[in-house]
Amino acid sequence: MSTSEPPQLYAAREPVFPRRVSGRFRTLKWWIMGITLGIYYLTPWIRWDRGPNLPDQAVLVDLANRRFYFFWIEIWPHEFYFVAGLLIMAGLGLFLFTSALGRVWCGYACPQTVWTDLFILVERWIEGDRNARVRLWHAKWDARKVRLRLMKYLSWAVIGLATGGAWIFYFADAPTLLRDLVTLNARPVAYTTMAILTATTILFGGIAREQVCIYMCPWPRIQAAMMDPDTITIGYRDWRGEPRGKHRKAEGAEDLGDCIDCNACVNVCPMGIDIRNGQQMECITCGLCIDACDDIMDKVGKPRGLVGYFALTDEVRECGGEKPIPVWQHVLRPRTILYTTLWSGVGVALVFALFIRPEIDMTVSPIRNPTFVTMSDGTIRNTYDIRLRNKHGEARPFNITLYGDPQLRLAIEGTPYSSVEVPPDSTQLSRVYVMAPRGSDAAMLDRTEIRFWVEDLANGERVSKDSVFNGDAR
Amino acid sequence: MSSDDKKSELGHGTTGHSWDGIEEWNNPLPRWWLWTFYVTIIWGVLFTIAYPAWPLISSATGGFLSYSTRANVDAEIAAVAERNAPLNERLVAIDLTTIRDDAELHGYAVNKGAAVFRANCSQCHGAGAAGVQASGYPSLLDDAWLWGGEIDQIAYTIRHGIRNEQDPDAHWSEMPAYGDIFTDEEISQVVHYALSLSDSPEHDPALASAGEQLWFDNCAACHGDEGMGMADLGAPNLTDAIWLYGGSLETVTETVTHSRFGIMPAWGLRLTDAEVAATAAYVHQLGGGQ
Repeated sequence: MSTSEPPQLYAAREPVFPRRVSGRFRTLKWWIMGITLGIYYLTPWIRWDRGPNLPDQAVLVDLANRRFYFFWIEIWPHEFYFVAGLLIMAGLGLFLFTSALGRVWCGYACPQTVWTDLFILVERWIEGDRNARVRLWHAKWDARKVRLRLMKYLSWAVIGLATGGAWIFYFADAPTLLRDLVTLNARPVAYTTMAILTATTILFGGIAREQVCIYMCPWPRIQAAMMDPDTITIGYRDWRGEPRGKHRKAEGAEDLGDCIDCNACVNVCPMGIDIRNGQQMECITCGLCIDACDDIMDKVGKPRGLVGYFALTDEVRECGGEKPIPVWQHVLRPRTILYTTLWSGVGVALVFALFIRPEIDMTVSPIRNPTFVTMSDGTIRNTYDIRLRNKHGEARPFNITLYGDPQLRLAIEGTPYSSVEVPPDSTQLSRVYVMAPRGSDAAMLDRTEIRFWVEDLANGERVSKDSVFNGDAR
Repeated sequence: MSSDDKKSELGHGTTGHSWDGIEEWNNPLPRWWLWTFYVTIIWGVLFTIAYPAWPLISSATGGFLSYSTRANVDAEIAAVAERNAPLNERLVAIDLTTIRDDAELHGYAVNKGAAVFRANCSQCHGAGAAGVQASGYPSLLDDAWLWGGEIDQIAYTIRHGIRNEQDPDAHWSEMPAYGDIFTDEEISQVVHYALSLSDSPEHDPALASAGEQLWFDNCAACHGDEGMGMADLGAPNLTDAIWLYGGSLETVTETVTHSRFGIMPAWGLRLTDAEVAATAAYVHQLGGGQ
């Protein structure tokens, strides 16, 4: 250590003032922003008729009744593996895209990026472009600065409120909840959730912005580990750009590279970095520096692509004067094929599971305390809790029968009949007795295999479950 | 190392740590992160002031917000009790023999009764209500009932109990200890006769017929000439497959010699009328109710 002064472990945050830019990637990002925000804000308002007694909201997480509705699909809590499967698919999809195209998720689709983009857009409408914002930053707190800042935060608050508001609409009937919210009749948890999400939206999208990606988010660390030399990502072709310098006729511009050191790529960067320093943890690969540089290259009459998407392996080729290989050869490699296979496998399994799941759901729990009861006439009786789910909008009768030893008899508690009626969209517990007469095989054997059959009397569908009858083997 | 190399991408040099020439870049955190750390400390201190936190000798500091999970539970229990009050009134008013016609009330009673049973009855009768034969706690799942298995008879037994001093209306009957009255031979004869009533494989027909007269003179008054028992006296049926204390020769000899004196508290003195009715409804639907 040559210097005696200890290094500073904390530094002030460097404010970032991204400049407006237009171009291919900016246009793509506008489209993605419009589509993703549209999906987020509008989905709860889509209606879907499911018949009587069931909600008519297309996408609804009904926590109180433990149901998840997604258009024609209805998920019950015991089918939560569908959600787990979707999360696995989301993870594998992220691996696939990251190994093929780098941090495209971060740059285009991550909510943090989308909302930050929206907040910056609003900020630019109110306070002006980069230079105006830098001036305002340094300006004294006069009436104009107060007015602009107030307008900005108010607009952000409206966006935040809409964001937090849309979130809670996924958990209740949206039109009813909106009416309750406006008339102040909604439950406190709705207002609390809205307030928290409004605050976090403003905090993350408006104030913290790139700090979230650099210091809070684990993905940059994980995604960096998912990339390899064939991953297509954003870089600066320094072999073409260097040595950089202003192109002045008098100073022998022919010795200089294509980079005119105009800082356009730096000024538009929402992360506040210089892409010419190479791949950095902070870079979310949003492509705005490409748009900015292409614009400049057009103006100075040089070919586009000084900053662009390329793979590290192509850098070696291009430096050696070779042509880069086609994009599909980078993307199609064992790793991405493996991810695609896994992703599709989980997807196919989920769709398959969705189609084969039975309409009738039955669980049989034998009562094991006690395992059997001796009746006064010596009959041995076993008891089973049978839960039947009726997923339909109307009450349905289910017939319960027994298959096995013909000496066994079946009875349902509280009814002389062998059928039970299950109310609409609910689960019903029936206590079922199975009796073996004194001296019969089942009464004296330790275990006898039995099978319960349940038939939906409305449509004739049948389903069975195996269980065991315990006798008195003493 | 040149001064240029000393700069990291962010221009903050190294931390000065060096191991075998390997140095560590300094990537200083924005200072606002440090502030959030201080904020959490302040938040933590405020939390301990606002909420119960610091342990004292026998209690803890209460906190300015007077928050108490115990009070919350009390409030929730009170709210549930208030919500269920109309159901409880109906439960007290209804003729229990007709409760199954009212599906809503019956469902409520069974759930409520199950909770009361778990808290008060399961200690003797077991969580599954199967009883404990070795201790003479009867199974409530079968169709043999000492004091009657109809729902209002069950409710009476729960309310007043059996052979307790607290409730004058408690079921009361007492079998003499025949060890003080009979000779060992007479006991053996009458036990074999009793076992013959249920055709027990342990009984000796010769001893049983010798005990027949003893049975009619001493036992039939309560257990009946046929040994079918009498629910009004709590005298068990000796012809069926169910034995409260066990049906082996040894156990029945023990019962006849020393007698039994099973007791049950009068739950009417501890539970509300609605709880008694609910428990009766629960026990009645366990599989043996008549």
